[in-house]
Amino acid sequence: MKRRDLLGAAALLPFGTALLPAPAIARKGECPGTGDLGLIIERATGSVLIVNTSHQEILGRIEGLGDLSHASVVFSRDEKYAYVFGRDGGLSRIDMQGRLMDRRIIQGGNSIGGAISDDGQLIAVSNYKPGGVKVFDSATLQTIAEIPATWEGGQSKTVGLVDAPGRRFIFSLYDAGEIWMADFSDGDSPDIVKIGKAGRLPYDGLIARNGRIYIAGLFGEDGMALVDLWQDPLKVRRILDGYGRGEKKLPIYKMPHLEGWTEADGMFFFPAVGHHEVLVMDGRTWELVGRIPVHGQPVFVMARPDGRYIWVNFAHPDNDTVQVIDTMTRKVVKTFKPGRAVLHMEFTPRGEQVWLSVRDANRIDIYDTHSMERVKSLPAKSPSGIFFTARAHRIGL
Amino acid sequence: MLRSSPLHMIVHLLPVLTASIALATGAYALAGDLAPERTRELVHLVRQDCGSCHGMTLKGGLGKPLLPENLADRDAETLAEIILDGIPETPMPPWRGQLTETEALWIARKLKEGFPHETP
Ligand code: HEC
Repeated sequence: MKRRDLLGAAALLPFGTALLPAPAIARKGECPGTGDLGLIIERATGSVLIVNTSHQEILGRIEGLGDLSHASVVFSRDEKYAYVFGRDGGLSRIDMQGRLMDRRIIQGGNSIGGAISDDGQLIAVSNYKPGGVKVFDSATLQTIAEIPATWEGGQSKTVGLVDAPGRRFIFSLYDAGEIWMADFSDGDSPDIVKIGKAGRLPYDGLIARNGRIYIAGLFGEDGMALVDLWQDPLKVRRILDGYGRGEKKLPIYKMPHLEGWTEADGMFFFPAVGHHEVLVMDGRTWELVGRIPVHGQPVFVMARPDGRYIWVNFAHPDNDTVQVIDTMTRKVVKTFKPGRAVLHMEFTPRGEQVWLSVRDANRIDIYDTHSMERVKSLPAKSPSGIFFTARAHRIGL
Repeated sequence: MLRSSPLHMIVHLLPVLTASIALATGAYALAGDLAPERTRELVHLVRQDCGSCHGMTLKGGLGKPLLPENLADRDAETLAEIILDGIPETPMPPWRGQLTETEALWIARKLKEGFPHETP
């Protein structure tokens, strides 16, 4: 096109569009920010994929992370580093920009998950074997503190470890049935606060309402344990006692998770244990106000970031299915069958898309959350957890 | 509830399938041996789905480790019963309905020997 024509064409366009505008996000190949990146666990091969959620593409694969069955991830506050907690006690640090593993330690025999402190300096890991929690410097991965979680039965497995405001971590003791807090507000030697008895076999915990409420789910009893962190002294309060009383429990082939529990429309939606239901609890009274029948034992019950819809996946043998619940009507509005073993779901930061891992199909499926149609699939080897960097800025993730 | 997962269908069809293979070849008739296709599925099930509680390497997680040294003091029949009936008051679920007795016994024996890995 000749120069004159170009100018002529430009004159017809609305103001501003004539000059090639800087794209809103980095183009392919440009040095990107990290706010639209994510990490996908490939559980069978001990590898992770770095992905970009704006272009829906895989940027690279990093290998050598050990046993990643049941791995989880937290991000540094600048979203440059991902800390991956593996089953074999491995703690690996991934440089999201450099696309490489820059540090790796074996911190324990057998770990389950971790958390990062609000100031980004401390990485805490909860362990099954030996039990307890270990805390590391996020820059060097050197040990800062060891919290054995000892009770009369020995060292307890720890679960439901989350960060709370003020350089604190809260966790539950599976064997001991208690909720503890490690408070690092005075520096690197923590105050350990045994908040109280939770009940039989707490299996996971979450922090809700921007860090005010900690809730532990119980496997051994119908009910949950709640701690209001704005109260002084801290104490455990039992809620939903006996919600399934007298009903026969169905077997559970995979433990439900509480992560991703969100308050939507003033209500909490979360998986029942041993019942094929999503439970609805009023966030003011802590009373059960609804039970939504679903396809199987729910594993993740995750609200889209705006809270309008809830996406649910299920335990074996129903893990080929995903259902979507409308928060307003509390009804299932859509059922899909993406393929065998849908293990995890992650929303993009503002929720316009959701990524699903379909383990046995070796595939990641990306759905538009408004049309609820699949927009793209990406290949991945036996994918499980999907973690986007926006988690860096959310309390409890 | 409608259950249409492929695994379920396979579980239901399996006795028929194995019976017909056994009739055709005579090879699987004795001692309830399992067809190679089914054993491949069982290896996948144990590594992946038992693995969600016991770890993919079976070194333990929420569930106890299932390596030969952990199971040496119990015979395969006892372990097969645990697998079929679960352990009440713990997260260990009963697998009866998903696994036949022959399949549970096969898994128990393999666990005691050292469980095979999945071949891609
Ligand atoms: C939902 C979690 C979960 C799943 C899935 C699961 N288990 Fe377990 N299993 C457990 C727990 C927890 C225990 C320990 C119970 C206890 O004694 O406290 C256990 C115990 C066992 C034991 C007894 C171990 C011992 O040393 O006493 C065997 C054998 C076993 N499981 C086999 C299996 C097999 C095979 C599968 C898959 C077909 C399986 N489990 C799936 C949770 C699970």
